[in-house]
Amino acid sequence: MTTNVCILDYGSGNVRSVYNMMSQIVSQVTISNAAQDVRSATHLILPGVGAFGASMEKIQKKLPLKVLKEEIFTKKKPFLGICVGMQVLAETGHEFGEHKGLGWIEGTVRKLNSGNLPLPHMGWNEVTIQKQSPILKRFPHNPDFYFVHSYVFEVKHDKDIVGTTLYHENFCSVLFRGNIFGVQFHPEKSQKVGKILLENFIHI
Amino acid sequence: MKKKRLIPIVLLRNGWVVQSKGFHEYKNLGNPFMSVKRLSEWASDELIYLDITRDGEYDLRRDDLRDPNRHDILEIIEDVSKMACMPITFGGRIRTIQDIEKRLFRGADKISINTQALREPSFITNAAKEFGAQCIVVSIDAKLENGKYIVMAEGGKVPTKYEASEWAKIVENYGAGEILINSIDRDGKKSGFEIPLLCSVADAVHIPVIGCGGAGAWEHFGEVFDETRVDAVAAANIFQHVDQSVHLAKKYLYDHNYPVRPPEFFEVS
Repeated sequence: MTTNVCILDYGSGNVRSVYNMMSQIVSQVTISNAAQDVRSATHLILPGVGAFGASMEKIQKKLPLKVLKEEIFTKKKPFLGICVGMQVLAETGHEFGEHKGLGWIEGTVRKLNSGNLPLPHMGWNEVTIQKQSPILKRFPHNPDFYFVHSYVFEVKHDKDIVGTTLYHENFCSVLFRGNIFGVQFHPEKSQKVGKILLENFIHI
Repeated sequence: MKKKRLIPIVLLRNGWVVQSKGFHEYKNLGNPFMSVKRLSEWASDELIYLDITRDGEYDLRRDDLRDPNRHDILEIIEDVSKMACMPITFGGRIRTIQDIEKRLFRGADKISINTQALREPSFITNAAKEFGAQCIVVSIDAKLENGKYIVMAEGGKVPTKYEASEWAKIVENYGAGEILINSIDRDGKKSGFEIPLLCSVADAVHIPVIGCGGAGAWEHFGEVFDETRVDAVAAANIFQHVDQSVHLAKKYLYDHNYPVRPPEFFEVS
């Protein structure tokens, strides 16, 4: 089957850059929120920038969630959440009040404790690979990815965490369960290592 | 470990990449796409594009080449973003929420505001609420006057009532996600950064600060990391002049054990 990537469109700012990098890797990439595009895709990407609550609201309103869940949980299509697109997988988020997330991965999203370091956590930082996973293949030792965020996903079960990053505290930067992947950083902005990660994803 | 960032600044004037000296002398260096391609290949950590056009005219004078002429900053943003697999900040002449929206939609990751923040500080709050603080950079131009770093408005021409560190705190409170601090005195001088200015601003706020103005040698970047808390250094002229500049700067810093990404090249397709 030909790879066909659908970037889920709910009005998030970074769709264009995910699209730009993805189209350097595969020929069939669509930006869409139409149920038929979600069904015909082989790989699904949920991008995200901005606040948790606002993003969830748009996701509820614009994405065909029933179809999406069926494709991910029944048909087991590889799914990748990027930045806020990973955070919304949590049960709850605590950015500007408490908000309900998709609840696909147990845990909550809360403010990053950066101590005396500047917040947002902005720039290139290392991902320490805690466990092997299909998305973390072919990397140099502890690759640097581009981060920009002030909140982190506190994942409940350690088994879901495959990569961590240190910024005053250690937080989950890569999560993996079955066919669901999430990254706190922006692979679409991470040059060579970002491209490798997205290539790994489409080879799943 | 979190790395310090090296950020080339590309100055655009009427659609051309220019070199600036003291905020008033300009020299044409070429078209914006060639420069972004090079800076991508040298694996810059980020890019800042500042549109310093005064009259609103864009002309790439490229009728002779197959690339179409670009008269519109939004088209320039779109083309530049396609080429760069790294975060790009666009600044210059941003006055409304719609100006920001259009730039983000065309592929900008962050936008930088200067004049409008001084005219109407609540604009920072509105922009941060709408798009997230992480994409709102406030750019500050400062000049040493009677022993104080005074914030200058209108392209560095008009003094304001604020000191740089004071204004930095204000914009942080209004919701800025990052600050770009530029020394007018050091602009184009190649004599090194204005360290006390960078210290005063970086110590005043908790958001990331990018220091700019005066880079003339790779050691100057090291000095900033040794002596200030800034998160990133930016420069325009030095990165435009030397072949493989960003790569060489990184290599120097990496070899001297500064926390920067390992020097590598990135193939741009």
